[in-house]
Amino acid sequence: MKKIIANREIDVNEEGYLLEFSQWNREICECIAGECDVIMTEKHWEVIEFLQDKHHKEEPLSIRGIKKSGVINIKEFYALFPGGPLKKSTLIAGIPKPKSCI
Amino acid sequence: MKNLVILGAGTAGTMMANHLVNKLPKKEWEITIVDQYKTHYYQPGFLFLPFDTYTEDQVKKEGKRFIPKGVKYIQKKINQIFPETNNVELEDESLNYDILIVATGSKIAPDETDGLLGSLWKKDIFDFYTYEGALALRNKLRDWPGGKLVVHITEMPIKCPVAPLEFAFLADSYFKKKGMRNKVEITYVTPLDGAFTKPTCTKALNYLLEEKQIKIETDFAIMEVDNEKKAIVDYVDKEIPFDLLVTVPTNMGDEVIERSGLGDDLNFIPTHKHTLQSKAHDNIFVIGDATNVPASKAGSVAHFQAETLTDNIILHAQGYSLKEEFDGHANCFIETGDNKALLIDFNYDQEPVHGTFPFAKIGPLRLLKESVFNHWGKLAFRWIYWHMLLKGIPIPFVGRNMSFKGKIFDIKAKV
Repeated sequence: MKKIIANREIDVNEEGYLLEFSQWNREICECIAGECDVIMTEKHWEVIEFLQDKHHKEEPLSIRGIKKSGVINIKEFYALFPGGPLKKSTLIAGIPKPKSCI
Repeated sequence: MKNLVILGAGTAGTMMANHLVNKLPKKEWEITIVDQYKTHYYQPGFLFLPFDTYTEDQVKKEGKRFIPKGVKYIQKKINQIFPETNNVELEDESLNYDILIVATGSKIAPDETDGLLGSLWKKDIFDFYTYEGALALRNKLRDWPGGKLVVHITEMPIKCPVAPLEFAFLADSYFKKKGMRNKVEITYVTPLDGAFTKPTCTKALNYLLEEKQIKIETDFAIMEVDNEKKAIVDYVDKEIPFDLLVTVPTNMGDEVIERSGLGDDLNFIPTHKHTLQSKAHDNIFVIGDATNVPASKAGSVAHFQAETLTDNIILHAQGYSLKEEFDGHANCFIETGDNKALLIDFNYDQEPVHGTFPFAKIGPLRLLKESVFNHWGKLAFRWIYWHMLLKGIPIPFVGRNMSFKGKIFDIKAKV
């Protein structure tokens, strides 16, 4: 379905996750973050870029994996993206949320 | 004489041995398969052992039985792979290879979670992803008087991602049958944001959780087990208490992958998702749970991978380019309890949907809908596994790539 974000028509699924990463940019990112009550700081951007890199390499995301990577400590990760950091940060990063087979 | 070596004689390795033995010219190629263990397990059976639905003998057989004549079988520990010299070091001998197929699988790593292997392990905390674990859990459940049963997933990826949910469904049936369901509270705890993460499946199947009174805790990333409080604790100090914890610990590839420097931080090998060639070495191929491809870690996936990989091994042996064919196809039965099951058929790009399988309209199996017929299908599958799948015999009418035949797209997204 289509959603207007930052005055552009973006393709999203029913949970608001971007369907086409090519449509993502920083402006769109800030808008989505705003909707989640997240104000983007430099640390936020660092984590977003890490997640996008993992996505492009088709590597799965997990809290433990993020902790092991050293990009951020986990308490801070929860503080930056409160209420389900994995699903929130992936929404803002324009990548699919971690999923299972069903 | 050229050498093709297969590491691991589990589901994937055994299938590859059977596929290749009659396809690679015997005068040119010697095929060897290596596994440290004597026993071959039917892992889908581990789900049924705790509930006394299967017996021990139904889930294990001597692995050598399934290795064809013409393939050399070595039962030894594998120490390390040396890709620079095309060499594999076993515990007391060395093998050279021209082509290596890594099928070393994945297993649970309970030591990755603090406190999991503490005082409650195997007393009130169990896994069912190992033979020993499933049996210990069976013995526990037989006399368990009831209380809080927590079914938990540590992190993704795990093999057979739906098995923990199946366990919760089967537990509901088990306790109902015993007349003690009201004495048990079942909670399913997941690091994902739902019991179901695909919109079609949520819509089609959410009723099962309500019907079976299974509580759900989502977005739970376990930090440790508190053995004193009998609770699992996450990174923001949320505690979920339990009387009996059935957990799926972190799944990792075999340690030989780490020793050989071939894997990622979970010991899975970076593999091309359509050709199954290793990304780092042209003459190394990877199949089954050992890869890092974004397909489910499941026997059916290994079966479909084996068909493409067999063709690609032959192409590679003859110096041709590989087919980018494998599409992530998985075809899995899901037990929903009370003698019913559903079937899902999907791939990298297409999520599970309604329909019939393998034929349009006549099925006879139904996709994403419970049926008793599907349940018998799952049970019959044990026979198919030992007698057809492992031997590399194709399943009639079920192709390696997912088909759109019979699929019905009637689960509408919200607009």
